[in-house]
Formats: sequence, structure tokens, C-alpha cells
Amino acid sequence: MLLTYLGLLINAMLISTPPLLLAGLGSCFSERSGVVNIGIEGMMTIGAFVGALAAYYTSNGWIGFLCGGLAGALLGLIHAAACISLHADQTIAGTAINFIGPGCAVFLCKAIFENSSDSPALDTAAKLPKMFVGVFPAGSFAYNVISTYSVAYLSFLLVLLLWFVFFKTRYGMRLRAVGEHPEACATLGINVYRIRYTAVILSGFLAGLGGAFVTLATVSQFRPSVIVGQGFIAIAAVIFGKFTPQGTLLGCLIFGLCNGLRSLLGGSNLISPHLLSMIPYVVTLLTLILFVGAGHVPAANGKPYLRSK
Amino acid sequence: MKSGMKQKILKSPTLYTLLSIALGFLLGAILLFLIGVNPAVAYGKLWNGIFGKPKFVVYSIVYAAPLIFTGLSVAFSFRTGVFNIGAEGQYIMGSLAALVVGLLVPLPAPFHAIVCLLSAALAGGLWGALAGLLKVKKGINEVLSYIMLNWIAFYFSNYVINQKAIHTEQGADASRNILKSASIRMPEFFSRLSGCTDIHWGIVLALLAALLIWFIMAKTSFGYQLRAVGYSRSAAEYAGIDSKKVFLLSMGISGMLAALGGAVQVLGMAERIAQFASQEGYGFQGITVALIGGTNPIGCIFSGLFYGAMKYGGNKLTVVNVPTEVVNIIMGTIIIFIAITPSVRTVLLRAVRGEGGK
Repeated sequence: MLLTYLGLLINAMLISTPPLLLAGLGSCFSERSGVVNIGIEGMMTIGAFVGALAAYYTSNGWIGFLCGGLAGALLGLIHAAACISLHADQTIAGTAINFIGPGCAVFLCKAIFENSSDSPALDTAAKLPKMFVGVFPAGSFAYNVISTYSVAYLSFLLVLLLWFVFFKTRYGMRLRAVGEHPEACATLGINVYRIRYTAVILSGFLAGLGGAFVTLATVSQFRPSVIVGQGFIAIAAVIFGKFTPQGTLLGCLIFGLCNGLRSLLGGSNLISPHLLSMIPYVVTLLTLILFVGAGHVPAANGKPYLRSK
Repeated sequence: MKSGMKQKILKSPTLYTLLSIALGFLLGAILLFLIGVNPAVAYGKLWNGIFGKPKFVVYSIVYAAPLIFTGLSVAFSFRTGVFNIGAEGQYIMGSLAALVVGLLVPLPAPFHAIVCLLSAALAGGLWGALAGLLKVKKGINEVLSYIMLNWIAFYFSNYVINQKAIHTEQGADASRNILKSASIRMPEFFSRLSGCTDIHWGIVLALLAALLIWFIMAKTSFGYQLRAVGYSRSAAEYAGIDSKKVFLLSMGISGMLAALGGAVQVLGMAERIAQFASQEGYGFQGITVALIGGTNPIGCIFSGLFYGAMKYGGNKLTVVNVPTEVVNIIMGTIIIFIAITPSVRTVLLRAVRGEGGK
């Protein structure tokens, strides 16, 4: 009995973590390169819509997933152009992205689907596939834990990959260096603009993938409320994880676990669902107060870099 | 001489704000055209929805009141070097405090509303200062605590309005209405005169708050300290300013302003709080108001009126089958153009100078 509940909890956690994790890893890229990206939320929302739209017309979840990522990358490009080439205040540009992304998503949805702010429901073929479905009997502990979306597995693998890229490759070293002291990097012949552009566009791409996961796996349609706040939670997880992929994973798992608890206990009347929903945020703050404390923020974060003549 | 004049014009921030607004509408028009809507029809409806009748204008002004408050909150925080992305949560705490006191603490008429406003300011001030305290004492990034506090406030509000003493008995997922004595509606004379049944004192309070904040920022030594900390914390400390204290105070005041926005909305307009499905966005809209207003308290009055009108008029776009979200896209575009103003200005000024040198 207890094992079944644990299995269900882990199952719920494995569904609510990937979108946060994908977006969080994206945020890592951008923040590490010295560009604050508060527009993650908007990039996720446009990814969620375009993902659902592409999957609806192609009946292929993977194409939808990819298109969601590309839509996020497009907003990433806008953010990059404003912040890097045009030296805009990064927080302000990010705020603008958070108006434009969700605005465009619902605007286009209404334009395409006869004034409805919800896209039509996707059938199973157009959704993302699950892995290991037939391996264990449905409802068993192992089934609940193992048989989940392949993108969930992918997102966890991505943590490893990003850790490797950030800390073991030349690009990663340059990325981190550019986020700390762009002027010094420039004197060493590193193209600060190029590194930052790739990082911010990648952050949009990953955030878009995260958004698309929500519509293509969890919700199976686009609604204006599918993302609400998940982009901000992803940013919180990144700050919580001190801008490292592995720390971000931990932060996302805490949020994912609390979401799992909520969906599990939500049906019962034991505890108010509103208080349950509050838990992840309280836990994050308390953990920071009690254990983690201040982290090192990339030194050049938020500062526009002006290439000298 | 002539180029000097040009330079002066090109240096004026108002020019760029107006240009950004024009570009925002232009992009909106292109999008509307692309989805097969005649932009002239949509913008005509918008214009008509705002200026078509005196009643509409009054409604637009009523809509502006909470936005001016949250705009002031963000503008104030900007000037002290903080980005108050937590205005949303402070707004919610303010509206909640006003509701609870307005519902459960019976007091005679004018005092009741005043006590409600004061408790809202207190709640929002503490909520804002909490993020400051975490920053000063524990070094926790204020953006992170603001985001957390926003969501905690959001769910806390939903929790409170579902309590028996607060929740309405009539089916709806909302609180009961505040007592008549706590209302800040204007006397019936005004609503009959203007045709706007929701007319309330919120806009007057917002104007007073803007003037007060302008006065504090520009004319008092406290305002000077705030700005000094905003420019350079280390320089301010070298000059003997207790930067931590100033920092906490400014985050508290910023929280109060956002909270008052929530309070006037509850006491004047909604008279109750409905259960939220998602954040209402007054805090985030306040960021836009602050930016369009050039983070200047007086500027916030105008940008707040602009946003209020766009919100009220935008609602009517559904009548002509135009997605109201076009307003959000226009607003986002305006902000992004305002954000790139410094670079554009440099380029333009350089061009003019080059021309003058020939």
C-alpha cells in the first residue's frame, strides 16, 4: 500500500519535473554567460503553444516538441539582440518577453482556432511517447517509477551533458569566463558577443522545449494557464542551485516532489490544497535561509558588455 | 546652432517613449493584418472604447488607479537599485489585508476605510521588507525571494478566502463583500454625473501618492540617501549612509505602494476577492507602467492612465472578434523599445554630430 503511494508520488514527480528542469537548464546557460533571462516564462509559454499547434497539424509529438523549442529560441534571439547588441537592461527586456510570449501565444491561438484561447485536445499519437510501457504490470510500483515519458529521461541525461559542457569543455570554460569578466575574455580573443548569443538562444530553445513538454505530455492541449509561473520557478531553482546544472536538478526535484505531493493529496480533504500548493515556495525559502545562504552570482550578470572600438 | 537644437530634441527621453509607443502600435497593426483583421477597425474600436463616451473615459481612469500604485512601487524600487518583481505579491497581501479588515472589523464609515488602507500598507510593507531582510541578513537574491513571496501570497489569499468567516455563502468561489463602511466608492452624485457606477476615490489617492513619492525622492534628504544607495552602495556607505537601513526602508515603502494598489481595487472596485486561477498581473503591469513613465513618479501617472485606458478599451476588442491579447503584445513591444533607447540615442546623436561637423 505504502509502496503504491510512493510509486504514484515518484510518477507525479517525474511528470512535473521535466518542464522545470529543461527551462532551468536553459536559464543556466543564459545566466552563466552573464545575461539575466527573466523571460523564461514567456519563452516557455510560446513553446507550449507552438508545440501543441505543430503536433496538432502533424500528429507527431516529436515534431511538436522540436517546434516548441524553436519558437522559444526565436524569443531567445530577440532577447539576445536587445540585451547583447543593443545593450538593453536585461531585466526590462526579459519583462517585455514575458508580455510578448504569452501575448502572442494566446493571440495566435484565438486567430487560428476560431477565437478560442484553448487549442483542440491532442490525441495520443500526437503526444510525446512514454517508455517501457509494457514491461511491468500497470499500476505496480515499478510501472509507476519506470514507465514515464522519454523526455523525462532525456532531461535527466541533459543535466549530465550540461555538466560536462560547462565544466569540461572549452566552450563551457569560455561561457563561464564571459559571465565573470567579459573584458578580460575579449583581450584574450574570445568573441564575447558570439558566446552570449549562443547561450541566450539555447536558453530560449530549452525553455521552449520545457513549455512544449507541458502541452505535449501533461495537459495535451494549450490553455493560457498551462505555464503560469513555471518559468519563474525554473529561475528560482537555478538561483537555488547556484547556477550549476546539478544544483538546478536538485531545485527542480524539490518543486517536482512538492507538486507530486499536491496531486496525490489534492483529492483528500486532509489538508487545504492551497496550503499544499504553497509548500514548494516556503521550502525553497527556508532551505535558503537555513542551509544554503548566498550563492555566487556570475559577476557580469545583468551588465551589458560594450565592445570597445 | 541647428544641430544643437537637434541634439537637444534627440536627448529628450519623452521623444523615445512616444516613439516606442508608436512602434508598439505599428507592430500590433502588422500582427492584426497578418491574422486578417483590419488594424484600422481594431484600433478604431479601441479608440472608441476609450473616448467614445465620457463614461468610458471615467472608466479608463478608474482602471488606472491600481496600476498607478503598482507602477509607483516599481519605479520607487528602481530608483534605489532594486527591481521589485514582487509587487504582485505585495499587491495581493494589500488586497487581502483590506478585505479581512473591511469584512471582520466593523468601524464607523470614514475611519473604517482608512484603517483598511493602513492595514494594507502595513501588510504590503512587511511583505516587501521581508525580501529585503533576507537579502541583508542572509544574502539571498531578492529576485528569488520576491518570486517565492509572490506565489506564497497568491496561495495564501486563496486559502484565506476559503475560510468560513470570509467565504461567501452564495456559491461563487469568492469572499463575501466588504462592509459598506469600508467602501471607498464616491457618493452616488459622482456615479450619476459620470455614468460610471464603479467610480471611487482610488485615483485621487493614487495622484496624492505620486506627488508624495515625487516629493520624497526629489526634495528630502531621505530621498537623496535612497538615490545615493541606488547609484552606488559603496559610495553611499563611504558618505556615512547606512545603506542596509535605507535598502530595507525602500523595499518596505515599495511594498506599501503596491499593497495600496490592491487595497483601492478591493475597497473601491471589486469589493471582494475571487479565488485566483492565475496571478492577476497588476504587479507585472506595474513594471510596464514604471518603465513607460521613465521611473518617474509623475511619469507614472500618465503611463498608468495610458495602461488603464488600454486595459479598459482592450476589453472591448472582443466585440469585433479581435483577441484582446494584442494589448499585451503592444505593451511588451513598447517596453523592449524603451529598453534599447540608450543605444539608439547614442547612434542618433553620433549621426547628428557627424553631420554638424561637416
